[in-house]
Amino acid sequence: MNQPVDVSKSLPDANGLFGSFGGRFVAETLMPLILELQDEYTTAKNDPEFQRQLAYFQGDYVGRPSPLYFAERLTEHFGGASIYLKREELNHTGAHKINNCIGQVLLAKQMGKKRIIAETGAGMHGVATATVAARFGLPCVIYMGATDIERQQPNVFRMKLLGAEVIPVTSGTGTLKDAMNEALRDWVTNVDDTFYIIGTVAGPHPYPAMVRDFQAVIGHETRAQMLEKKGRLPDSLVACIGGGSNALGLFHPFLDDLDVKMIGVEAGGKGVKSGLHAASLNGGTPGVLHGNRTYLLQNEDGQIIDAHSISAGLDYPGIGPEHAWLHEQGRVEYVSATDDEALEAFQICCQQEGIIPALETAHALAEVAKRAPNLPREHLMVVNLSGRGDKDMMSVAHHLGEKFGVKQL
Amino acid sequence: MTHTSRLENCFAALKQQNRPALVSYLTAGDPDAETSRRLLHGLPKAGVDIIELGMPFSDPMADGPAIQKAALRALNNGQTQAKTLEMVRRFRTEDSTTPIVLMGYYNPIYCYGVERFLTDAAKAGVDGLIVVDLPPEHDEELCQPAAQHGIDFIRLATPTTDAKRLPKVLANASGFIYYVSVAGVTGGSAPTPERLEGAVAGLRKHTELPIAVGFGIRTAEQAAAIGRYSDAVVVGSALVDCIENANTPDEAVERVHGLVSELAESVRACREVSEEHQF
Repeated sequence: MNQPVDVSKSLPDANGLFGSFGGRFVAETLMPLILELQDEYTTAKNDPEFQRQLAYFQGDYVGRPSPLYFAERLTEHFGGASIYLKREELNHTGAHKINNCIGQVLLAKQMGKKRIIAETGAGMHGVATATVAARFGLPCVIYMGATDIERQQPNVFRMKLLGAEVIPVTSGTGTLKDAMNEALRDWVTNVDDTFYIIGTVAGPHPYPAMVRDFQAVIGHETRAQMLEKKGRLPDSLVACIGGGSNALGLFHPFLDDLDVKMIGVEAGGKGVKSGLHAASLNGGTPGVLHGNRTYLLQNEDGQIIDAHSISAGLDYPGIGPEHAWLHEQGRVEYVSATDDEALEAFQICCQQEGIIPALETAHALAEVAKRAPNLPREHLMVVNLSGRGDKDMMSVAHHLGEKFGVKQL
Repeated sequence: MTHTSRLENCFAALKQQNRPALVSYLTAGDPDAETSRRLLHGLPKAGVDIIELGMPFSDPMADGPAIQKAALRALNNGQTQAKTLEMVRRFRTEDSTTPIVLMGYYNPIYCYGVERFLTDAAKAGVDGLIVVDLPPEHDEELCQPAAQHGIDFIRLATPTTDAKRLPKVLANASGFIYYVSVAGVTGGSAPTPERLEGAVAGLRKHTELPIAVGFGIRTAEQAAAIGRYSDAVVVGSALVDCIENANTPDEAVERVHGLVSELAESVRACREVSEEHQF
């Protein structure tokens, strides 16, 4: 694990492959558009005007840079490593998701697209997409699993306030994967005028690389901020993983710094051994879904199995293909945290730091709880505080309400 | 090479008769294994020329509600890749001429193992594959290995396939070309007749392969209109709806075969009128 082979930031290759993962496994109808998107993105990446606009909106609209905050009380609480929180929850809309949405909506405008669609799980990507669609005056349709609509009501309301149409998806299990299926069906039907803003580092090439690049602002800032604060790079980075965009955004700028340890935390649900989880790397096998080859939760016949997590945003039976590759290379360590561990860490963060994290983020904090106590104070650990937990009040009250004397919702 | 495939023989014979092929789509195992077997075995007699048999997948991204539900019915009743291949093998003991094309998504094939799948499929008597999520960019995954096993890889061309891309789409295609009549999912809106005829004519300039047209074709009238200029007409969701709407397995079989007979009659007669006009 200490000697990763051929870790390169130059991936994916021209075919969108990270080793054997990634690719463009989509219907022919979408191929011309995906190739066009790839060209447009390549051009935008090297276009100073596009980059200037991106930087402008990241600054004045999103509120970047987000602080790298030394969590003194959390550090004391665990009694080990110095814990720093990368405050992505302070971004406009309350999570890292908007970093990517701003980038993609600028691209959509550049390509002359007239309509925005997206899938959402917890609703954070849906809210971020609805937000940028409103800002740029584009009609917006968000696909959201019926099950998720139930458990994320506040975000559903936010999306509607922002002018988006939220379409409940009842097919399959009514969660994130089904929302993504439905968004792909919309896209293939409205291929001429519609831009699909995928919310994570998955999907057909160029999405995994493009979303990663838009999110890499997290890692670039962290690097500069830690150098400024401590004069050196962090020793470890911790982030939660559903599809894996906040994690890859933090990790990617550090991939070649082999002394920086990286830990991705999957949603362990009721425990990986129980079968009720969303840990694709720890409990899945390679397969092809949603345009890319990656690790999936599936049965031996290649049928996708439902993911289970207390957090709607991690409740996805796959993971970005670059994570699958980094896992096989051993560059990033992938672990999991259970629902209960996440709920415990959620409360510690609230009480020690006065920060209510998203349930997704609480999975990363659960790993910190396991790891930090055994490390010296000199160890600099950065946790991506990927989102705030306001949206999760109803779920958390459901699980912990009695403890706080709150009526069960 | 003296070997000719069932698909080649089928299209050659139909050319002699100056009529298009009727291609039916049903999902294997829908609504259950035994009813699905009865449906399959009765198709040639009801007038189907080429059978498309869907391999059910939990996440059929290119399919509309009808075929999504069909896949779930099949999977909930225990359908597997192995059982689908076994259906073909049994069918072949009774029928050695009607071509069978398996249609579906890559993941169940990938998990079965590509080589193992192709070996078992060839042995069972499968003639071709249509795999929706394998564009030519991924030909090394399945398309090229399939050729090694003598199984045709039927390529989809769509309204978005422009002149620049078409050569790539046609490069390793075999069996026939499946023209997707509308940008969208299966069972969606009907294609515009004028645009469709032009698209098929345009495609013909670039390939010798027979051209089938599918997506959104539900009625005998539509099938006849499209069959005048295409080499095959594919009907899927309309047949699958018959299963969904039936109260009993017997009724499902009766309805499906009934609609097939209607469609078959109409494609058999579809070019007669235009011939008369020639004289």
